[in-house]
Amino acid sequence: MTFNALTGVLLVPAVAAALLAALPGYRLTARLNVAATALTLGCALSLLVKRPPANAYLLVDDLNATFIVLTTFVGFSTSLFSLSYIGHELETGRLSPPFVRFYHAMYQVLMFAMNLALVANNIGLMWVAIELATLTTVLMVGIYRTHEALEAAWKYFILGSVGIALALFGTILIYMAARPVVGEGLDAMVWTVLLKRAIEFDPALLDLAFVFLLLGYGTKVGLAPLHAWLPDAHAEGPTPISAVLSGLLLNVALYALLRFKMLLAANAEALAPGPLMVTLGLVSLVFAAFMLYRRRDIKRMFAYSSIEHMGIITFAFGMGGPLANFAGLLHMTMHSLTKSAIFFAVGHVAQAKGTQRIADMAGLTETHPTLGWTLVLGVVAIAGLPPLGIFMSEFLVVSSTFARAPALAIILVFGLLVGLAGLFLRLNSIAFGEPRGANAKPQASYVPMFAHLAIVFAAGIYMPPTLVAWFQNVAGLLG
Amino acid sequence: MSRLDFDVAHLLAGSLVLISILELYQDRLYALLNVYALHALTLAASVAWQAFVQDAPHLYVTAGIALVFKAIVIPVALHRMIVQLGIHREIEKVVSIGFTMLAGMALVALAMVVMLRVTHSADPLAQEDLAFALSVVLLGLLMMVTRRNAVSQVVGFMSLENGLVLAATGAKGMPLVVEISVAFSILIAFIVIGIFLFRIRERFDTVDVQALDRFRGERR
Repeated sequence: MTFNALTGVLLVPAVAAALLAALPGYRLTARLNVAATALTLGCALSLLVKRPPANAYLLVDDLNATFIVLTTFVGFSTSLFSLSYIGHELETGRLSPPFVRFYHAMYQVLMFAMNLALVANNIGLMWVAIELATLTTVLMVGIYRTHEALEAAWKYFILGSVGIALALFGTILIYMAARPVVGEGLDAMVWTVLLKRAIEFDPALLDLAFVFLLLGYGTKVGLAPLHAWLPDAHAEGPTPISAVLSGLLLNVALYALLRFKMLLAANAEALAPGPLMVTLGLVSLVFAAFMLYRRRDIKRMFAYSSIEHMGIITFAFGMGGPLANFAGLLHMTMHSLTKSAIFFAVGHVAQAKGTQRIADMAGLTETHPTLGWTLVLGVVAIAGLPPLGIFMSEFLVVSSTFARAPALAIILVFGLLVGLAGLFLRLNSIAFGEPRGANAKPQASYVPMFAHLAIVFAAGIYMPPTLVAWFQNVAGLLG
Repeated sequence: MSRLDFDVAHLLAGSLVLISILELYQDRLYALLNVYALHALTLAASVAWQAFVQDAPHLYVTAGIALVFKAIVIPVALHRMIVQLGIHREIEKVVSIGFTMLAGMALVALAMVVMLRVTHSADPLAQEDLAFALSVVLLGLLMMVTRRNAVSQVVGFMSLENGLVLAATGAKGMPLVVEISVAFSILIAFIVIGIFLFRIRERFDTVDVQALDRFRGERR
């Protein structure tokens, strides 16, 4: 196999994982981790201009190139954040050097698994990659080995495995549907072949397969009522992992769902996948918006916010059509950038205050002005206030829904407003008021969060026409 | 396909469902492990028969993995773990056995109704294999939700995976990559679970998941 950008996004993390597992020393490995993610990002960017042809296992098209660039970019900035975060954990003794080594190796394995899931052209390979990503994150969530962390990891593991099992059953059913048409063997699992021939498949089998895939991968997207693992996993794992989970892994699972949605859409007799996704999306949105109110743990609160936003994105893709798909893609990008920026800030805040309890971190803008105001800006962005990027995308989702299904739009707006009020209620007690809690100086790396928020801010004001055209093109692919 | 081929495949897949139901009403961990070993043994026989009938030699690998790894290595390892860790040998259930059995029957009926209706275009063997496989998957899920011990939940998960392997081998000519990956994933899953059981043991005096639940939720 010749070396190209496609093998680069897979090979670089794989080699880096092996290296990081073998090398001792925090300073060296943490920097190597950053270098590896930077190199992967470089390979991913070059996929935008030049890409190798698809084969039976790997495929790059405009749709997954977008996902890969987003994944590797956030992966890169999170590794920068993790540099200072993990350094602090090592100093305070929450993590011992062997665990830090393990953490860095696992970080690269996770990047490898996510990239593999995104470039897979074979639905079996895609399943394997998502399973690998799940197992990796289970280990990372349990890395602190406290009661809560173990409980969160166990719950995530059990629910994640059940989801993954259902997804495999759905994958087998897709193969069964394809076999009479495509013939036995490898071709019947190759996505590009499936898409071309989907019109001849047995619609009943496709329907059943999609239900299993939706439940299976939907668990990994964190859609209510299958979300139970998500708040625990976000709250108890290391914060860089919360950022990667929210910003990336949920997207990867959603990407898998989108691929199968396209497959069903190609067969006119199969059930329309849209309404199912719309329903799950709305349920997640409204449920998570109400759950924001009584949260005491700051990371848990933002985990519920992630469920809310994944609900909005699933809803937008479920509605379908060029405009809603465009809005869904934009929202997904903006949410990944904003949510990971928020988790960067939250990670440093929790380290400086020595706690994740919201009640113990009042008056943050006074004790830690830079972190406090960054968090405020992040929450303003994630709540969807103008002029930031999420306002743009939410506005597009709402307005395109009003034109087609006003009743749904009312539920959507209701959920958004409830979520907004909940976030601001909590933000008020975190950022303002009488300062409380420890007052340690954070050794924060501000660059990643500033960069993310700057992009979100810029996107809210001005979107370059090439970017708009690119997203429109991808939205068209999604049908 | 001859009549005999079909009948044997049918018999083996049906036995797998029956053994899944047997697992549901065990109330001792050792007995549960023995029944699970039987489950894996039946799976191995079923996969081997499929390999023979479909003339697909690569399936013998899957059968071998089921025989050696799932029917022997895992039950023995779990058995030893229970002894070494001094885990309670009784299985604590969330609901009564009678109710679990009724729910199990309902799930099997559901699987039959759904799969037989949907897959009518497929050949009869694949059709019934899938229906049985879905039953095994659902019974494994049922077992996971009605048990409190971590070990019996793990056994529930493994019998669920057995159902997936049955489905994958029943789908004729499914590429090898998936079968190996299934076996491989079980290996990984098992290692993870093993690590977890040990770690949980370090922190708690029981592997009863309810003890974990006490720590769940909001920090107060």
